[in-house]
Amino acid sequence: MEPLTWTGSFGNVLDPIFQIVAGLFLVAVLAQFVGAYVFAPINDHYNPDGTITRGKGANASIATALRYLLLALCAIVAVYIVAGVFSPVGTVGILGAVAKQFSPVWIALLATFLLSISYKRRLGLYGKLFDSTVGMIGFALVMFWVFTAIFVGIFDMIAVHDPLSQVSRMKNKLPGTPLPSIEDGQYAFYLLGGDNLARDVFSRMVHGSVIVIVIAPFATLFAFMVGITLGLPAGYFGGKLDTFLSFLANLVLAFPVILLFYLLVTPEIVATGIPNYMATVLFVFPIIFVGILLNSRFYTRPKLRNPLLSGVLLVMIWIYLSAISAPGTKINLLPGAIDLFNINSGILVVFVSVVFVNAPTVFRIVRGLVLDIQTRDYVAAAQTRGEGPWYIMLWEILPNARGPLIVDFCLRIGYTTILLGTLGFFGLGLPPESPDWGTTINDGRKLLAIYPHPAIVPAMSLLSLVLGLNLLADGLREESLRD
Amino acid sequence: MGLFILRRFGMMLVTALCLTYIVFFMTNLYPNLEKLAKTQGNFRMSEEAVDSFLGDRGYLQPTPIKYLQWLGVLPGFSKELEDGRLLGKCVRPGVAPEDTPRYCGILQGDWGFSTVSKAPVADVLGSRLANTGKLMFWVMVVMVPSALVIGVLAGMKEGSRTDRSLSTVSILSTATPEYVSGVIFIALLASTRNGLGPWLHELGLIEGKALFKGTAKSAMDGITFKNFTLPVVTIALYGMGYIARMTRASMAEVMTAQYIRTARLKGVSFRNIVMKHALRNALIAPFTVIMLQFPWLLNGVVIVETLFSYTGFGWQLVNAAGNNDIEMLLAVSVVSVFVVLVTQLISDIGYVYLNPRIRIS
Repeated sequence: MEPLTWTGSFGNVLDPIFQIVAGLFLVAVLAQFVGAYVFAPINDHYNPDGTITRGKGANASIATALRYLLLALCAIVAVYIVAGVFSPVGTVGILGAVAKQFSPVWIALLATFLLSISYKRRLGLYGKLFDSTVGMIGFALVMFWVFTAIFVGIFDMIAVHDPLSQVSRMKNKLPGTPLPSIEDGQYAFYLLGGDNLARDVFSRMVHGSVIVIVIAPFATLFAFMVGITLGLPAGYFGGKLDTFLSFLANLVLAFPVILLFYLLVTPEIVATGIPNYMATVLFVFPIIFVGILLNSRFYTRPKLRNPLLSGVLLVMIWIYLSAISAPGTKINLLPGAIDLFNINSGILVVFVSVVFVNAPTVFRIVRGLVLDIQTRDYVAAAQTRGEGPWYIMLWEILPNARGPLIVDFCLRIGYTTILLGTLGFFGLGLPPESPDWGTTINDGRKLLAIYPHPAIVPAMSLLSLVLGLNLLADGLREESLRD
Repeated sequence: MGLFILRRFGMMLVTALCLTYIVFFMTNLYPNLEKLAKTQGNFRMSEEAVDSFLGDRGYLQPTPIKYLQWLGVLPGFSKELEDGRLLGKCVRPGVAPEDTPRYCGILQGDWGFSTVSKAPVADVLGSRLANTGKLMFWVMVVMVPSALVIGVLAGMKEGSRTDRSLSTVSILSTATPEYVSGVIFIALLASTRNGLGPWLHELGLIEGKALFKGTAKSAMDGITFKNFTLPVVTIALYGMGYIARMTRASMAEVMTAQYIRTARLKGVSFRNIVMKHALRNALIAPFTVIMLQFPWLLNGVVIVETLFSYTGFGWQLVNAAGNNDIEMLLAVSVVSVFVVLVTQLISDIGYVYLNPRIRIS
């Protein structure tokens, strides 16, 4: 079979157009940049009847041209994708075949955007996100990977080969290479090439997204639980507690992250059970947080509180015990029959160290916010009403600190993704054959100058996810500042 | 002010002690010591052999005692074997037993002996730090001016198109960790088969087939544009975006201040407003950010030195951690803690010095 080219026969028509438009777009970007300093600024004219007349001039025409070129560029990319989805494999080359594999993701993305945009006025801060272009682009990038992870992880759809199986004679093959012999039901191509162990780069990349999308948000959430549960009292009560906790936070922050990883994530340390003990401590915080949250709210209504609190705590403690106890490790509390799930020890140690690194920063942010919000009148009013300190912290201060915290949450997921990549890059924690992006980059970098594709593909994926999260955070910040 | 600095120094000392104790504890856990014994002796040692190897060298004493020996408060462990060989913490190859000092810790200026490099830690680490110093110098030279220019240009007209495109660039650079940008750079610029190199070679613009070198090994002997550009740019890029964004925020805030409006109403030209009135105040915040960026750069240094195989401080960290070179790791952590805390101190002092409105109570 013929190897696939990048855009196939379809590209013969569209490629030149794409190149011309892309070239013009770059020229326009440069022109805009230079124009801002060379030509006169755009002067919009405010008419007496309240309308605005757009100013004319070189800068205004450049801006218009730029907007249309960008639209044209997006339209052409969309044509590639649509053509790829609806034509047989090979017509639109590698791009089309990849787009075809991602078709469930496109449908899910389209549905999300259509629904969200049509109801955006009723959706609060989330709906406001769809007012900012930057926020929408970021959201699209993030959701692309979230949907990919869902479809790969739960429905096993997008990947074309097994991420671990090797096919002979496919070692380091270029993107679009057909398999030498095709068995029944096997996909005929290595879409993005083969790596140095003859595995499919594309399938490994999409399987890697599952690991990142599962660990990064959860680890960030746990770091937030720890940071909030400790940061609120530190900021609110101050004094010795604050000094002590701040000292601990600064201690962890003074550690070079990579040294910490090397100390925590080696097999020798895992054998001593230290990560398990750390998990035991760190996983308690969500229970404390939810417990105090509910108790402080329903303290005055014991009839509702007692069943609610005991029910919620029971379930959480059960999940907690299942999470920390696993057969064969130092902590094995629950008998197998009621142990709900076991966390892979490699994943657990990565998870714990990432939470441990992130929590002190969250602590500092929360503490700073509390110190600021504490001086507001509504806090004084609550104190006068005789509310307890925990009620004030969790139900007066925390909701009012949500804006910066949500923005930081998005940024921090991105940072956690980078940390996970760093761990993989140094070969720490996850097993060496794991398809996560950091490990794959580490695998691919040895032959980078000759065969770049095994490392470039996961590198670009990681970049796009982190970029999406940063843009999303930027959009959220802009929109939350507006009200 | 004197008292403030004194208190900060006290704090630094306590933090450094705590951190080194944690590193000491982690590296002295039994599985790590077992690994050390097996790499130093041989891999097929029996358990008894491991125990006697560790016991003879004093590794099996309680951790606090070993820690105090490392500090130089307690006399170093020593033991004479049956065949008359002297083993112990203070014993160095080539030093006669009668010349071996009783105390050999940090307080005596002895940083210990690297079990991997078979050389005193201070000598090895010194040369590594010199290498990293060169790298950091060039990173600063590239990163700081470009970040400040981008930030000021973006912040002086907040919301303009220039601002938006520059902000997008800085977001893009903060979203690109070193191991991603390094990989992309090597594939695009340092390959003889792909990317720009072969293309430029065909056009006759460059001599070799690759534009830059993918490793910085030759940079240890002499830094050239070819072998040092990629490591420097890779580190600088990640830090640049963050500093640029901070500069932009600070510049945008200054541009809305009352005195800038007064200057405008007075008829001062935009160029003069930016250069003479706004810039000086806008650069206070980035100063502290740049100082606090040092610890982050340390991370970048570790990744980039590994990626480009440049034997500096970061490379040494990875090497020492991978082989459980205890005393080297301790020295590495002391150095990095020192860097983190000193830059914090400088940023605090500098902030007060640059901004007369703030006084330490």
